[in-house]
Amino acid sequence: MRIPCPYCGPRDSSEFAYLGDAAPRRPADGDAEAMATYVYLRDNPAGPMDELWYHAQGCRSWLVVSRDTRDHAVSGARLAAGASA
Amino acid sequence: MRYSVFSLLGQALAGNTGWKPAWRDAAPQPRYDVIVVGGGGHGLATAYYLARTHGIANVAVLERGWIGGGNVGRNTTIVRSNYLLPGNIPLYELSMQLWEGLEQDINYNAMVSQRGVLNLYHSDGQRDAYARRGNAMRLHGIDAELLDREGVRRLYPFLNFDQARFPIQGGLLQRRGGTVRHDAVAWGYARAASDRGVDIVQNCAVTGFLREGGRITGVETTRGTIRAPKVALAVAGSSSQVAAMAGLRLPIESHVLQAFVSEGLKPIIPGVITFGAGHFYISQSDKGGLVFGGDIDGYNSYAQRGNLPVVEDVCEGGMALMPAIGRARMLRSWGGIMDMSMDGSPIIDRTPLDGLYLNAGWCYGGFKATPGSGAVFAHLIARDEPHPAATALTLGRFAAGRVVDEKGQGAQPNLH
Ligand SMILES: Cc1cc2nc3c(=O)[nH]c(=O)nc-3n(C[C@H](O)[C@H](O)[C@H](O)COP(=O)(O)OP(=O)(O)OC[C@H]3O[C@@H](n4cnc5c(N)ncnc54)[C@H](O)[C@@H]3O)c2cc1C
Ligand SMILES: [Zn+2]
Repeated sequence: MRIPCPYCGPRDSSEFAYLGDAAPRRPADGDAEAMATYVYLRDNPAGPMDELWYHAQGCRSWLVVSRDTRDHAVSGARLAAGASA
Repeated sequence: MRYSVFSLLGQALAGNTGWKPAWRDAAPQPRYDVIVVGGGGHGLATAYYLARTHGIANVAVLERGWIGGGNVGRNTTIVRSNYLLPGNIPLYELSMQLWEGLEQDINYNAMVSQRGVLNLYHSDGQRDAYARRGNAMRLHGIDAELLDREGVRRLYPFLNFDQARFPIQGGLLQRRGGTVRHDAVAWGYARAASDRGVDIVQNCAVTGFLREGGRITGVETTRGTIRAPKVALAVAGSSSQVAAMAGLRLPIESHVLQAFVSEGLKPIIPGVITFGAGHFYISQSDKGGLVFGGDIDGYNSYAQRGNLPVVEDVCEGGMALMPAIGRARMLRSWGGIMDMSMDGSPIIDRTPLDGLYLNAGWCYGGFKATPGSGAVFAHLIARDEPHPAATALTLGRFAAGRVVDEKGQGAQPNLH
C-alpha cells in the first residue's frame, strides 16, 4: 500500500502512523453525550473512507487519505491542515 | 449418531460408508423464538447453550456464507485466561473451564490441548507487569507461574536467550492454556446444536431488520423474511455493518489480522510462546506446521487480506526469538476481519432496540472466548439480564467512562 504524500510523493504506508476516520469533529461545547459520540462511535464503512495518517518517517505532516477499506486502493491524499474544520 | 470408539471401529470395518452428515443444513422457517445472526463460533455456541442450558431450541443460526468460513476458521487456535482486569477475568476463565469439559459435553473431538501458554518478558518493567497480571489471575483462582530465565530455558532451550537487544529474562506461564482445533469447534457446536433442534441456515445473509416501533421483530434475508421476538447479533468483523442496518453506530473499527503456517515439521515446539519485545507468537499444529502471527495491519479493512510490511515484521519477530525458524519455509498466510473495540474488550449486551442483542468487539482474541461467550450471551438472551461473568462488558460503558481497557491505550482500536 502506497500513500501519495503531497510533499514527499508516493511512499510506503509503513512510513505512516494511522489515526482513523477523518470525519468525527470535536464538539465545541463539551456536551458529554456529544463528546462520547465523538470519542467512541464510528461509521466503520466498508468502502471509500477519508482517514487521518501521519507521515512520521517523512515530512511529519498529517494527511487526509482517501482509501477503500474493501481493497485498500488509495485514491488520493491531501494535507489535513486547512482541511474543513 | 453418537461418536465413540465403537462407532469409529464399526465404521472402519464398514469402510466408512455409514457416516451421517454431522448437522442438518436447514431451510429457514418463517418464525423462531430466537434468531442468531452469524454462524461463527460465537453464534453457534450461543445457539447451543440456548438449547442446552435454557431449553430454547426453536432457534435459527443465519450464516451469510458457510459455517466456519469466518474468523472461527481463520484464527491461530490459542486459548488462555491470562487477563488482568476484573471485568474480563471471569468471562475468560468461565470459557477455559467450558473448554476443559467441552468434548464430553458436545461429544465431539475438538482436540483441546492444554499445552501451556508462555508470555516472555525482556525487561524489569515487563516482569513487574507480568507479576501483577499473574497475581490478578491467582486472586481469581486461575493458574499462573512467573518463570525466571532458567525456568524458561528448561522448557524451551532453543530460544535466543542472549539476543542483543531483547534478551529473555523470563516468562509468565499459564499451563492450562493451549490450543483447540478451530474448525472442529464450529462443526462440533453446529452438530450439538442441530441435534437439539436448532436450524443452521447457510447462504442466508441478513439484509435488514423488521421493526415495530422501538422493537426488532425479525430480519430480512437473502432467503426471505424471518420473524422472531429476539434477534441476536454475533457477526464479528461485520458488526458495524449489520448494526447499521438497525440504525446503530458502534464503538468498533474493523481491522485485518494475518496468520501464517509453515511447512510440516517434526515436533519442535511443545506449547505456545509469545515474544514480549515485538508482536510475535507461535505454536505447532498437530499436523506439524508452525502456526504464527503478530500485530493487526493497523488500518481499517474489510479485505480479509493484509499487506507485506506486517508479514516482514512478524517474520523479523520470529527470527529474533527463535532463529531456527529461518530454515522453515512458509506455506500459506491469510487474513481475517477483526471487530476491534474502542477499549479492546468485547461487548455483550442488550441494545437500545428491544429484542436486539449484541455480541461484538472481540478484537483478535475471541476464539478463546467462544464457549464462554456463547454461554453468557445465551443467558442474556434467555433471561434479559447479564450473566454474572459478563456484567462489565456493556455497550453503555464507553459513554459512562467505565471502559475495560487491558492495555491502557485509550480509544484507539489499532493499538489494542
Ligand atoms: C488471523 C487470526 C488469528 C486469530 N487468532 C486468535 C487466537 O489465537 N486466539 C483467539 O482467542 N482469537 C483469535 N482470533 C480472533 C477470533 O478468531 C475471533 O475473535 C472470533 O473467531 C470471532 O467470533 P466468531 O467465531 O463468531 O466469528 P466469525 O467466525 O467471523 O463469525 C461471524 C460470522 O458472521 C457472518 N456474517 C457476517 N455478516 C452477516 C450477515 N449480514 N448475515 C449473516 N451472517 C453474517 C460471517 O459470514 C461469519 O461467518 C484470531 C483471528 C484472526 C483473523
Ligand atoms: Zn510526507
